[in-house]
Amino acid sequence: MTHLRFLQPLFAALLLACSLPALAAYDIGQLMNDLSRNKGGRAKFVEKKFLAVLDKPLVATGEMTYTAPDRLEKRTMTPKPETMLLEKDSLTLEREKQKLTINLASQPEALAFIDSIRGTLSGNRAALERNYGLHLSGSAEKWTLTLLPSDQKIASLVQRITVSGNRGQVRQIEYLQADGDRSLLAIEPVTTP
Amino acid sequence: MNRPALRAFAIWLLAMLAGAAIVVNSRFAADMSFFLPAKPTAEQQVLVDQIKEGVVSRLLMVGIAGGDSSQRARVSRALRQQLAVDRQFVSVQNGETASIAAERDVLLKYRYLLSPAVEPARFSVDGLRTAIADSVDRLTSPAAMLLKPYLTSDPTGELYALLSRLDAGAQPESRDGVWSSRDGKRAMLLIQTRALGSDTDGQFAAIQTIERAFAEAAGGEKVDGLSLQLSGPGRFAVQARATIQGDVTRLSLISTLAIVAVLFAVYRSLRLMTLGLMPVLSGALAGVVAVSLVHGTVFGITVGFGSALIGEAVDYSIYYFVQSGRLGAAGWRERFWPTVRLGVMTSIFGFGALLFSGFPGLSQLGLYSLAGVFTAALVTRYLLPPLAGEAHRLPDLSHFGRRLEQAIAALAALRLPALLLTVASLGYLASERSELWHPNISLLSTVTAAEAEVDAGLRADLAAPDSRYLVVVHGRDREAALQAAEQAGAALDALVAEGVIGGYDSPACFLPSIATQVARQASLPDADTLRQRLAEAQVDSPLAAGKLTPFIEAVQAARDGSPLTRAGLEGSALALVVDSLLIERPQGWSILLPLRPAGAGAALEIPSVRVREALAGRDALFIDMKGEFDTLYASYMQEAMQLSLAGLLAIVLLLGATLRSLRRLAAVMLPLVAAVVMVIAGLHAQGQSLHLLHLVGMLLIVAVGSNYALFFDRLAHADQPEPSTLASMAVANLTTAIGFGTLALSKVPVLNAIGVTVGPGAILALLLSAIFVRGRGQGR
Repeated sequence: MTHLRFLQPLFAALLLACSLPALAAYDIGQLMNDLSRNKGGRAKFVEKKFLAVLDKPLVATGEMTYTAPDRLEKRTMTPKPETMLLEKDSLTLEREKQKLTINLASQPEALAFIDSIRGTLSGNRAALERNYGLHLSGSAEKWTLTLLPSDQKIASLVQRITVSGNRGQVRQIEYLQADGDRSLLAIEPVTTP
Repeated sequence: MNRPALRAFAIWLLAMLAGAAIVVNSRFAADMSFFLPAKPTAEQQVLVDQIKEGVVSRLLMVGIAGGDSSQRARVSRALRQQLAVDRQFVSVQNGETASIAAERDVLLKYRYLLSPAVEPARFSVDGLRTAIADSVDRLTSPAAMLLKPYLTSDPTGELYALLSRLDAGAQPESRDGVWSSRDGKRAMLLIQTRALGSDTDGQFAAIQTIERAFAEAAGGEKVDGLSLQLSGPGRFAVQARATIQGDVTRLSLISTLAIVAVLFAVYRSLRLMTLGLMPVLSGALAGVVAVSLVHGTVFGITVGFGSALIGEAVDYSIYYFVQSGRLGAAGWRERFWPTVRLGVMTSIFGFGALLFSGFPGLSQLGLYSLAGVFTAALVTRYLLPPLAGEAHRLPDLSHFGRRLEQAIAALAALRLPALLLTVASLGYLASERSELWHPNISLLSTVTAAEAEVDAGLRADLAAPDSRYLVVVHGRDREAALQAAEQAGAALDALVAEGVIGGYDSPACFLPSIATQVARQASLPDADTLRQRLAEAQVDSPLAAGKLTPFIEAVQAARDGSPLTRAGLEGSALALVVDSLLIERPQGWSILLPLRPAGAGAALEIPSVRVREALAGRDALFIDMKGEFDTLYASYMQEAMQLSLAGLLAIVLLLGATLRSLRRLAAVMLPLVAAVVMVIAGLHAQGQSLHLLHLVGMLLIVAVGSNYALFFDRLAHADQPEPSTLASMAVANLTTAIGFGTLALSKVPVLNAIGVTVGPGAILALLLSAIFVRGRGQGR
């Protein structure tokens, strides 16, 4: 509706900065190569959020489905059902009968943030290096990729993203937010078809 | 010039000067009010107000095409930067993420007065426990980042509740940080002008400013092929005015030149030609003066009708000069004037019927033509004889007249075919009668198909609103109106919950009535009570009560603070929303609640019956703008039918009373009715969508064509041959056909429809009158 359209940026801006899962190498090139061969699949996830303001961590569980190269669906089952769908440049959130679609192209900072997930999952090194400095440690069987934002605007949202996994499969993503709060996303693939 | 002539001329000149003075001081308009009802119902009044001053009528949609995506985005930004500071525009949006700090601050500051969730139960121990648990749960969402900073000051999630109530609606696509079309080939902007939709000058200036700013911004890009597309009600109004103004000049010029050429060919005298134009000039002036005095505003379309009036008004002087050649003025007055007078009166009856129309444009056309024809006839009768004198010598037309007589004799052979054609046309119309008349008022609009397509394209790409559905409430002051809006809102909330409508907007969302705000304040506990309840509610929560001091302070501040007023919204875009929906009128305040259909996509409808049921008993008006337009047009159409029939009846009665013979009446009417039937059948067969003005054209064929039929009636009953009568009729018919035919060249549908109907209709009326006329003496 017209009169309220101007408020959209508000909504969208407030929604940015959400936590999203990602995938990652030994030699970055090899890792990217392995990641890009992963054409997708289904996985269970457990996400723990450690917030300074809360006495206990928050735990959310559910399932996520990745379809290469740019479709990621995250279905939270507990504590409240919620669906997040990232498809190309659009991010859709559905919760309690409410549906919100955000066009990421209109939000360059959000896009850069989303690119950290998308770039990792699809093994797109160029996309990742556009906004992050990449550091890889470990072996092919157990690697850890650290993403450090090179852009100040992104750094104001997230300090560090740490992705770990084996070969082309991402197993865990840790977000360290700018304010020190942290979230840990553990991913358990459900039989790769 | 002798003394009576001089005196008559002096009076005429004075009258003309006085008329010219009135015309110079008249207000001319070329806007939608031509079509808007003179005596609107309450629903129609809303429609009229929306068209004249509503927000939607002030929206301009802009597309930037050509170049590449980043060039378009830069031009879009430059355009917004330049226009946003211009006083001519209320808002300029292009999808750039603007600072929304002002809006967020207002919503946050007044959250306990604005949130519909604020009720006593929400601040009980159970209410707090549930609300805060929900907020904590929400932190697991990907949207957590937006909520986390407010958790300790707004643990019950009022800001979230307020934001949830805002409907984001459809949003345009984005490329390079600005709005783009769905295909990504143009950048899009949505601009709201300060000038009202009815302020065509203001809209014109605003559009020019946008075009200049674009030229400047595009020039900076140093690429060819960047182009601007702009549409919206304001653009249509500006274009309509230009079209009408262009047509008025062009058509009057064509019609005048053609008629001057005909007159000169016939008269071969500059003096007679000038004299012959006097009634025309007088009539045209008198028409504008009459309209100006009666209506206050003269529509451009009315003036455009002048080219037809010229063709009609010149007839009388043609009759006079051609027919009086042998008889002299006195003889003409005695022998021909009664017939001319009868013709004038049928024309006046025809145009006069339109005076009673509730369609202001039609009523003006009627008054303009009536005053024009009447004046032209008067000037012919009383001014031309003394001015022309007895000694006007025309080239002898009787030879021409005799040729015509022979032609008419030959035309008699066509009687049977003409009759058959009439019957066939009648049968065709009868079989097509259900789809003869087009039910849509859009046919009368000057917007071309190409312009409508550009508009629809931009509208779809911007997901711009059309505000088709509105609920309107009233109150004697702002507070009463806001309370009425809240009550209507409660009924609408139920419809939203049932899925009957998708949602609605209300200024009461951002500016609740004082009564509601006071009730919400009363729901808030004092600091000590709240602290105790929180301690109890948060025992098992991960969010300890001890961390919620900012919450307790905020509730205390809201409890003690003064209510939010319009001034509190100043500086935020929320003020814009409230102002556009809250309207002060001399008799009180009105509030508009635009409704959205349920579901997504274009062309969705809202079941009017359900909304009316839900609002029954409340002082709220539900309006479907499209439905109102359709109803309005249907009522115009029905009224035009009745008026046309009344006009026809008046003409028949007048002719019957004068002719005093049913047979003669039938003989006069037959060719007129046949002409009408053939023209309408012909237009329909050609695939023309017939509308109200074609209907009016039918009446005018009868009103104008009766002149010829009457002269043929004369011929049939004359004692001696009158070749000059035939010659004058042929010339007069030619000028009339030129006058109305010129209208057929118009791009304004109102004028075009009359032109394509009456132009051919006048010629057919003459031809058919000639075909059906009984030879001299046969009628006795």
